[in-house]
This record gives sequence, structure tokens and C-alpha cells, in this order.
Amino acid sequence: MSPPTSSSSSLVEALRGWPPPVLDPAGPFSNTVSTLSWVLIGLVTLIFIGVCAAMWVALYGSAELRAKLGGERVVKWFGLIIPAGVLLVLLVWGLLMVRGLTTIQGDELRMRVSGNLYWWRVSYLDASGREVHADANELHIPAGRPVVVEMESEDVIHSFWVPRLGGKMDMIPGRTNRLKLQADEPGSYGGQCAEFCGGAHALMGFVVVAHAPADWQRWMDNRLKPPPTQLSVEALRGKQLFNEVGCAACHRVAGTDAQGIAGPDLTHIGSRQSLGAGILPNTRATLTGWIADSQAIKPNNRMPAYRSLTADELNALASYLEALK
Amino acid sequence: MAIDFLARRAPGLGLTVLLTVPLAACDGPPDRTPTLSDADVKRGRQLVNDKGCVACHSFPDVQWPRGGLGPSLENFGRQGLIAGRLPNQPGVLVQFVRDAPAHLPGTAMPAIPMTDQEARDVTAYLLQLKPR
Repeated sequence: MSPPTSSSSSLVEALRGWPPPVLDPAGPFSNTVSTLSWVLIGLVTLIFIGVCAAMWVALYGSAELRAKLGGERVVKWFGLIIPAGVLLVLLVWGLLMVRGLTTIQGDELRMRVSGNLYWWRVSYLDASGREVHADANELHIPAGRPVVVEMESEDVIHSFWVPRLGGKMDMIPGRTNRLKLQADEPGSYGGQCAEFCGGAHALMGFVVVAHAPADWQRWMDNRLKPPPTQLSVEALRGKQLFNEVGCAACHRVAGTDAQGIAGPDLTHIGSRQSLGAGILPNTRATLTGWIADSQAIKPNNRMPAYRSLTADELNALASYLEALK
Repeated sequence: MAIDFLARRAPGLGLTVLLTVPLAACDGPPDRTPTLSDADVKRGRQLVNDKGCVACHSFPDVQWPRGGLGPSLENFGRQGLIAGRLPNQPGVLVQFVRDAPAHLPGTAMPAIPMTDQEARDVTAYLLQLKPR
């Protein structure tokens, strides 16, 4: 995953990222999308060449060829029968191909992601759909096995898109859509909100982390343990401040008094790869900057800037959050 | 090297310098000022992004993010002081960027893990900053 950066973009720099994630599938469901894209690109290229040839004939061809090009047979075949045939074949083939994207067997792992302005609430569900573990902005999946992610929205329409793992799926308020995801290999895959949802839409990213199946199970077992109680003096002060300055009103840290649910769950913030919903690397430095002035980083997100915190308070809070692995 | 140079240009002066060379050994500790000759401004620019400096500081050639907590570094190359307290010199800056709390107790700027080379790259980048 690489957060969006603002380095000057030239053509050469743009091509350094080749192939783009859309054409670099890492699982069966995105593979389908890429194959379809390549077939369409190939077909369009062929048609483009054909049209250029016809134009050349119309401009420079002999009188005989030009007469043929304008004849009824050419119009009937190339204007009607062949296009209709190609479109029909494409439609049937495309529908057959994407059928697998939505069929749900029922034995897949269940997870839920809810879109919020501008972050993602993540829930891991058991077979009956009950929430087992709550998290935010990062989805952990076992590699080599399909996962069904239920898509919901808590405010406006968002769209969940991890180009290397699957197609886009809209998150519509009041409705539950389902998307299958699968990563063939362990790794991190960047995602992005793909439906304009407001000013900071472009800064609404996330990360999907695929683990080897055994590692994923270990990860999940670890997540279900209570948060660390062995904290440094500074972190303990941070824990106290977390309630005092108001963080706890919106953020939850499982096993403590902080039970706010308006903002992202911070129980395991220290172990996340990214900060601010997939846009910054998660380091002590970015954590400090985010707490004090998230508005400068992600304008109009719902967390106010806390410029009134002193340096000591900031350090304590950052130290506490960093310890929440 | 300096002695050769002087000897060629001004033989008399060269002789004086030569005679005082043994005394140079008594002239305090050796100069450990890091050299920035192998530092790369472009790598520094990338590091400022990767290490998260951008979350608190704004830079003239970084459009996003332009962090608001720390001071703007748009004109840093022409600033006399680091954080208004320390002399803005390569030797000081190279230490400061990776361990601000050690040099400025009570600061909100955390220690940022960096290799020696990374610290030199960031320093070289910062020292050439001027407003666009």
C-alpha cells in the first residue's frame, strides 16, 4: 500500500507504477475484471485499426475499392451484423464470467465494512452474523480463501474498491450489498473509496492485509485478547487523558472506559499499517500530528483539531495509542 | 591538502604553517561535523514523506499533506535557528531530525528512527528549502 503522495507527476513517473493495480490482479475475482478489460482493450484496438483502414480507403483508395466500401453489403455486414454479433457474444460471455463474483456458497468467512465520512468501520462476524471483533480502516483476511464482505453505509453512498482483489461495490444507506474478495498470496493491498462522497473523498483509503491462513487465525486469536495493561508511565498518563480531553466520547478502546462509537475503534491502533484511513504511514510522528491537527491533514473530517493540547499531553496520548497493539 | 596549496602559492607562509603543524595536534577534539557530500536531496524529499514529517510540517514542494501542528518549513534553508533555539547548522540538524526530544526537552516532536544516511539526506533536503 502506498498512501497518495503529491510528488510532481510526469509521464515517466506515472509509468513507474506500471502495471496499474487494476491490471495487476492478485486474486480470482479481480482476475475476472482484468481479463474482461484486456479483451475489451484488444477488441477496441482491432476496431480502431479497421476504422483507420476504411478511412484510408475512402480518402486514397481506387474508385473500385471506394465503391465497394460504400456498397450495401459492407454497410449490412460491418454496420449491423458483425457489431450486433460481437456485442451479443460479449454480453453472454461477460455475464457468465461475472456470475462467480456474486454467488455465495455460504461457507465463506463473513466480515462487514460500513462506510462513514471519511473512514471505514470493520466488523468480523461469526457464521450467524454476530460481531466477534470490531476494528476500523484495515481488513485482515486469510489468503487463498474467499471472504464475503457485507457492505453498508452509515451516511452517504460510498464505494469499496480494492483494485487488486476485486471489483467495486457500492455502499448504500439502508441496504446490504455483498462482495467477494480473495487474495492468492499474503500481502498488503491498498483500497480506496470509489464513489464521490464529499470533500475528503480522495483521502478515504484503507488497507486489506492478507495473511497465510494459520497466521490469520493466530492474528484473530491475538485480537480477541484484552488490550495491554503493562503501560509506561507516559502511556498511563495518556490513557487518563484519553478520557479527560474527550477522545473517549467518539473512540472505543475495548476493555477500558472509552466506549465511543462515533469514530474509528482504536483498540488496536498501534498495530495498524496506516493512519487517517489509509492515507499516512502509522508512526509516532504521524500519530502526534493527527491528534493535534487532523483537519490540516484531512480537511472536514469529523475529528476536530486539538490545538489546545500541550506538548506533554500530546506525547502522552501518542505514547498510549502507540502501545495499543 | 591546505598545506600543499599554501606552499605553492606563498612559499614563506607555507613554511610558517609547516612549522606550526605539530601544534595543531593540541587543537581540541577532532572535527566530527558530518559531511553532506553523499547526501541526496531527492531521497530526503521522499523520506520527509515516508517518515511522516509532512503530518506536522508544510514544505514548499509537498502539496499534501501540509500538517499544521509544527512550524512551516517553507523557508527553512534560510532560517538561522532550529525551533528558535538551536543554530541551524548541518551538524546540529542531522542530530535534531532523528532525536528532537534529546535536544529540545518538552517538544512535541518525537524521535524519528532513521539511519545515519537517512538523517543526512533529510538534512540536505531541509537546508536547501526556500519558498517557491
